[in-house]
Amino acid sequence: MDVYELDAFRCRELLAGGEISVRELTQVFLDRVEERDADVRAFLAVNGEEALAQAADVDSRPLSERTSWEGIPVGLKDVLCVKGRETTAGSRMLEGYHPPYDATAVSKLREAGLISLGRLNMDEFAMGSSTENSAFFPTHNPWDLMRVPGGSSGGSAASVSAGEVPWSLGTDTGGSIRQPASLCGVVGLKPTYGAVSRHGLIAFASSLDQVGPITRNVRDAAALLGMIQGKDPLDSTSVGFNEPIREPTTVDLSGRRFGIIKEFIGAACEPGVRRVFNLAVSAIEALGGECEEVSLPSTERGLSAYYIIAPAEASSNLARFDGVRYGMRTEGALDLMDMYKRTRSEGFGAEVKRRIMIGTHVLSAGYYDAYYGQAQRTRTLIIRDFEKAFTDYDVLISPTSPTIAFKLGERVEDPLAMYQADLCTNPVSLAGLPGLSLPAGFSEGMPVGVQLVAPHFADQELLEVGFALERELDVSTKPDGEEVAP
Amino acid sequence: MSSAWEAVIGLEIHVQLNTQTKMFCGCPVGFGGEPNTRVCPVCLGHPGTLPVINEKAVEYATRIALALDCRIAGHTLFHRKNYFYPDLPKGYQISQYDLPLGDPGHLEVQMDGGSPFSVGITRVHMEEDAGKLVHTGGASGRIDGADYSLVDFNRGGTPLVEIVTEPDLSSPERARVFLTQLRSLIEHLGVSDVNMEEGSLRCDANVSVRRHGEALGVKTELKNMNSFRFLQRGLESEIVRQIELLESGETVEQATVHFDPQTGQISTLRSKEEAHDYRYFPEPDLVSIELDEAYVEKVRRDLPELPAARKERLAHDYGIPMEDAQILSVNRPLGDYFERVACEFGDAKLAANWVTGDFAAYLNAEDLEVGESRVGPDGMVELLELVADGTLSGKMAKKVFTIMISSDSSAAEIVEEEGLGQISDEGALEEMVVEIIAANPEAVEEFGQGRSKILGFFVGQAMKKTKGQANPQLVNELFRRHLQRSL
Amino acid sequence: MISREEVMHVAELARLHVEDDEVPRLQEELSRIMEYVQRLSELELEEVPPTTRAAPLKNVFRRDEVKSCLSQENAVSNAPAAKDGQFLVPRIG
Repeated sequence: MDVYELDAFRCRELLAGGEISVRELTQVFLDRVEERDADVRAFLAVNGEEALAQAADVDSRPLSERTSWEGIPVGLKDVLCVKGRETTAGSRMLEGYHPPYDATAVSKLREAGLISLGRLNMDEFAMGSSTENSAFFPTHNPWDLMRVPGGSSGGSAASVSAGEVPWSLGTDTGGSIRQPASLCGVVGLKPTYGAVSRHGLIAFASSLDQVGPITRNVRDAAALLGMIQGKDPLDSTSVGFNEPIREPTTVDLSGRRFGIIKEFIGAACEPGVRRVFNLAVSAIEALGGECEEVSLPSTERGLSAYYIIAPAEASSNLARFDGVRYGMRTEGALDLMDMYKRTRSEGFGAEVKRRIMIGTHVLSAGYYDAYYGQAQRTRTLIIRDFEKAFTDYDVLISPTSPTIAFKLGERVEDPLAMYQADLCTNPVSLAGLPGLSLPAGFSEGMPVGVQLVAPHFADQELLEVGFALERELDVSTKPDGEEVAP
Repeated sequence: MSSAWEAVIGLEIHVQLNTQTKMFCGCPVGFGGEPNTRVCPVCLGHPGTLPVINEKAVEYATRIALALDCRIAGHTLFHRKNYFYPDLPKGYQISQYDLPLGDPGHLEVQMDGGSPFSVGITRVHMEEDAGKLVHTGGASGRIDGADYSLVDFNRGGTPLVEIVTEPDLSSPERARVFLTQLRSLIEHLGVSDVNMEEGSLRCDANVSVRRHGEALGVKTELKNMNSFRFLQRGLESEIVRQIELLESGETVEQATVHFDPQTGQISTLRSKEEAHDYRYFPEPDLVSIELDEAYVEKVRRDLPELPAARKERLAHDYGIPMEDAQILSVNRPLGDYFERVACEFGDAKLAANWVTGDFAAYLNAEDLEVGESRVGPDGMVELLELVADGTLSGKMAKKVFTIMISSDSSAAEIVEEEGLGQISDEGALEEMVVEIIAANPEAVEEFGQGRSKILGFFVGQAMKKTKGQANPQLVNELFRRHLQRSL
Repeated sequence: MISREEVMHVAELARLHVEDDEVPRLQEELSRIMEYVQRLSELELEEVPPTTRAAPLKNVFRRDEVKSCLSQENAVSNAPAAKDGQFLVPRIG
């Protein structure tokens, strides 16, 4: 059986049709992990035995007694708390940490009967765009093992791309679902801020973080989003959707207007990426959609605003890692101050420390207004730019990433260069809007994604448009070398 | 304190609310208990956890703010106050910064035997409490010298209301009285146990001194005084210390100071090299609170009667003097006592006189709460009835009262035992009156010459003879009659 | 360029230990990032209100109802050091 044919819907069909047992299905994926992950290294830990035991349990019940998605394997980014299971957020600081509770998204998947195959690698505390900041090891892009899978949800994207899981959960703060999805040639959705509960999501930047699906296709993304969305009494910022997410069915885009975000197709964009993006534009037009350039001038300041706001919130969110109640504590500290400093310096990697320092600096006395205050005002302008654009256009589009996947080690020493990877995704996060990345084609043999952006809580619309476009583009998502789209 | 100097005192008070659950999670609020048994991932600050606001805490905080005559902010939000300490699980405290719940208000304070004064309230805001840190090992159980510390988070997350006063308190005594009355007010609202020993009422003070007419001096912070008396004594000691420093030409350094009630000594804790940089920013995990008029009015309507309203009601309904009404409204239990007495007894003015006078003085002298008094409302009523029916003169009643407060006997019993009943038997008195007139011809002569003031002498003689038990009005009348006759 | 003192100050506030020989590198990295984000100060934004949250919500509360707690054992189970059911930390000063 070709594992690449096993998207989540297909898996469900096979199970429902009795063609395969849950145990067998789980085993297929575990075998695939064994086969590929020595190279791809998407997983921090695989819990094969437990998964098979769970699978056997599902099998013991007749089909008629099972819920809709019961028995489908899934991968979880290691930033989501799983009760009793080691959860590290890709950091030494939380090595050996066993959360005493489940994240809401995790418990919803548990309730739906999905079987977690293990914890997926990520940039430490979700800070990064390549998964090279993982304290443990980097993940490799399945399309070219010398290249990065993107980040911070690199493991989540690579595992789906390599066929190790049919789908996974990632998280996105400035692009951490969409950008790796684009680099790995899979679908990634950052829902509207507030659509999915953040309870149990180890926080990076509270006003930006969101949990979302990384999948083989748009229909799967809709299904997974449907499972995890909802207002949560444990998260004051969660809202959920007014209506459940439906399976998308749109095939025609006539009457819809698409705005091409001018600021995201500028000089920073590689020519190959531009070319593929234009294919997406043509595809939209072929389906009857109208495409036009639109300028959102404030988005040029998006990265600057983001790299003030996100580190500021992070510096505060990560203050709880002090060696007192859980996680790592340094050995042989002389006193409390010594313990704090050594624990935090040993437990955090370089990028995390950099961001904590930036964040602390911009919030400190005398600087607040010049930096944080200014960034939050810039954020308002960005929101307004998007609002204005949405009065003229239904959906906004751009390349997801200005470049294809870069080589491992290429940007690790240059934080600013690394930050540029989020150029197109960042402002969408600042505005709290939903963003979908789907594969649009290839450049230099590497996947290129197109980003679709819709207004707040128009995630269904986003999925509908994405579904139609995906069909038209018909891009292969198999990194085995076959069938590369023109 | 010599009159050349004046003190400037402001208080920062923390009130622990007695809601069922903590400020941001569903753990029960309580006192004592095994360590770390009233905790959950949220109040332990586990990664991924988020705060959710307790609606009752907001209501209780609003009550306090309204009782202090504050305007309730229509738009209020929480901020993060960032610093590191082991009793602070998240590495920040969720508090309020520049958009507090309550905007400036004030509280009228009644000094014993003085006129009322007003203390400005700068702000009222909500925040969460920290855990409890116990320093172990080492000699003194204090921070310096401890080998290690233990942390219990049961208390962490308990809802707190912080009340900050303007520096309107000009003496340690006033500070103590203010705090006492504030405590009574909050207790009356039913939102806190306000028990200083248990920590549900905490007070820090900022104090500075200056010569009259000068600019404000450098202030120091006196922290964690856990009784009203220590507050006063601590302030007194610190003021003395500051004055001594300044008078000897030195300067007062901004610092946190600690008052040791055992030794009466003030010690300066290490002056912080720099003030904390709390890096306040709006709490992104919470949304803003918008309290509309309807909400505020509902809370206001459901408030128990506040001192200002009670004062008006007592003065109006009972017809008592405003000064008495003031005292009775500020001290709620005293006011309750008065109303019970007045309702049963009938003569509210007399009741008010006694309750705010002798009764209050007795409580003060013995340092008792109204509820601890030996003389309950019924006992007081009995005493007052004896005055009303002429059995006791006002003066004798006072004497009876002093016996009542040191025995368990009732007024009637005492009168009986001591034979203190006022003598109102006209016949017996008349006999004595005649005797006295006969014995004092010069005084009679004076009366005859129109100096009617001499009556006082005669009445005084009668009172002396009867050990104060003669009915003075009757005696007065009898003397007048007989003296007139002899003219 | 961010000064050495500022780097040390920020590290202190953030409770991060910084070796002497790390400071120059940090100065450089942080300065570059700050220069980049500094571009924002070029914008005239006094009239624009800051956005402090992405969610358009207000008045989200929970009822004052007790929920179950962790057992003491569970509460300290992740603790690097504990004694008598309490979290143990080295001496403060």
